[in-house]
Amino acid sequence: MFPTPLAKTSRQWQISYQVLLPIMLIIWLLPLIAVANFSIKPESDFVNGNYWGMPSSFEALNNYGKVFFESNMPRYLWNSLFITIPTVIGAVALSCMAGFALGVYKFKGNLLIFFIFIAGNFVPFQILMVPVRDLTVNLNLYDTKTGLVLFHIAFQTGFCTLFMRNFIRALPFPLIEAARVEGIAEWKIFLYVVLPLMKPALAALAVLIFTFIWNDYFWAVVLTQGPDAQPVTAGITEFNSQFRAAYHLMSAGSIVAALPPVAMFFLMQKHFIAGLTLGAVK
Amino acid sequence: MSVSPAVPSTRASQPQRGWYKRNEIAITPWLFLLPAMIFFAVYVIIPIGQSFWISLHEWDGLGEKTWVGTSNYERLLGWGDANIDRKFEVSFWNNLRWLVLYLLAIPAGLFIALFLNQTVTGIRFYKSMFFFPFVISQVVVGLVFSWFYLPREGLLNAILGFFGAGPINVLGDPTLATYGIIAAGLWPQTAYCMILYLTGLNAVDPEQVEAARLDGAKGHKMLWYVILPQLKPATFIAFVVTIIGALRSFDLISVMTNGGPFGSTRVLSFYMFEESLSEFGFRMGFGAAIAVVLFFIMLGFITYFLYSMYRDEKGAR
Repeated sequence: MFPTPLAKTSRQWQISYQVLLPIMLIIWLLPLIAVANFSIKPESDFVNGNYWGMPSSFEALNNYGKVFFESNMPRYLWNSLFITIPTVIGAVALSCMAGFALGVYKFKGNLLIFFIFIAGNFVPFQILMVPVRDLTVNLNLYDTKTGLVLFHIAFQTGFCTLFMRNFIRALPFPLIEAARVEGIAEWKIFLYVVLPLMKPALAALAVLIFTFIWNDYFWAVVLTQGPDAQPVTAGITEFNSQFRAAYHLMSAGSIVAALPPVAMFFLMQKHFIAGLTLGAVK
Repeated sequence: MSVSPAVPSTRASQPQRGWYKRNEIAITPWLFLLPAMIFFAVYVIIPIGQSFWISLHEWDGLGEKTWVGTSNYERLLGWGDANIDRKFEVSFWNNLRWLVLYLLAIPAGLFIALFLNQTVTGIRFYKSMFFFPFVISQVVVGLVFSWFYLPREGLLNAILGFFGAGPINVLGDPTLATYGIIAAGLWPQTAYCMILYLTGLNAVDPEQVEAARLDGAKGHKMLWYVILPQLKPATFIAFVVTIIGALRSFDLISVMTNGGPFGSTRVLSFYMFEESLSEFGFRMGFGAAIAVVLFFIMLGFITYFLYSMYRDEKGAR
């Protein structure tokens, strides 16, 4: 193990490490702590110049209540949910199938198609922006959740296919051969042999895509406008102009907007990190 | 008397297998690929070509496209007798700043990973707390940092004031604003690199480390000659995601400064968006031309990434 395990180091360093750890963490999260502190302060603290000290009274309920009951925030949150969940399902389903095809079968063009999926995943969004916006307008899907979902599914399929294909590659191939010898149809092999083995990959991808899509901002502003379809990342600007310079409310709003992926991460930590670090170890 | 062979008629007991059944192994992969390929082609592959086409036109996004040949590029890059587009120049240099400074996330991530790679009680909690800025949306990161930088209310100036420096208005100063935004971007990016390295460190071969230790290697020598070579796959991924992240920077700029002050924080991705969907009419052709330039910058990196992956893929066979 590197660096040297703490147990084998001097007593001095052991103690300083234990002290350093929380200090480093506080410094690391300082901007966030400041905002969390903002969000539970009363408005009067900002008038009196008490920006960073302890809140003079604890107003969390009040501030967060305003976010939920006196703004469009709940609508934006719903929109985000109705954009994110269908995208996760769609992208995972498509890429499961594509990953199965690319991981199990040998055919001409296999590697080429695989690399097109990877390459597409790296292109700058801007080169897609004008045509995709145009297509969405022509399909009458501009400013709808569906329009956003369709694009997200398509784009995420690139990354997901890379992920799924590599995962399926690592599965024991004799299992599939044995099923073939038994005369089982190929689609049944996918459904009953491969799919059950892919559960960890499915979980990892689902949480990753959930986070990516929830946090998307660029496509939200390109393909939607207004509270009918906009997700919370784009809606927060409208929220902030409603509460201009009311830092206690704006920070409460941002924390609410950021919370779902954070909760997802803490609940599904193992899968999330497994997905994110795929390929970091050979 | 006819003697019929004692072979049952094949037709009756074993019906002719259908065309699909006979070609199952050849057809199935294409059936499985089809939905993903259609989606990907319609929304990703074809639009790339369309952007090239649009960049040769003048177009407001609604009416007819007017063919203008390469004049969008001439205006942008200053070919012929035109001067280079000022905003393009600023954006391009800012993109370079992003690329170079964003790479700091890799050593910073490695440093934190080395710091946290211990087994003390509660270390799992610390690891996830260090990582979780990555999960927050860039929009919120942008907001958090713009409040952190506020000249009066921001915590940064409170800290600077404590040491007798400041106050500085990071996002209001054209020479500082871009660096302020990059610093905000480095926060989640460092967390990402950290988690890659933590996973990599976990897989480092303990026998090699012990052997090197017996040979008297320690500290930075051990890190450089024994540990880093084993972290190569993690470094490669950290490099890929950091480069892509740097060139995709849009959210933070849009939220924190909206390109200002005086356009000093524009990058190509932001400039493209601004031109295509600007309040003064949509200039989709010009925007597409910027996107094409950005695409070619990215293409250099994409080719390198794909080449590395292709080499690994060949090696795995």
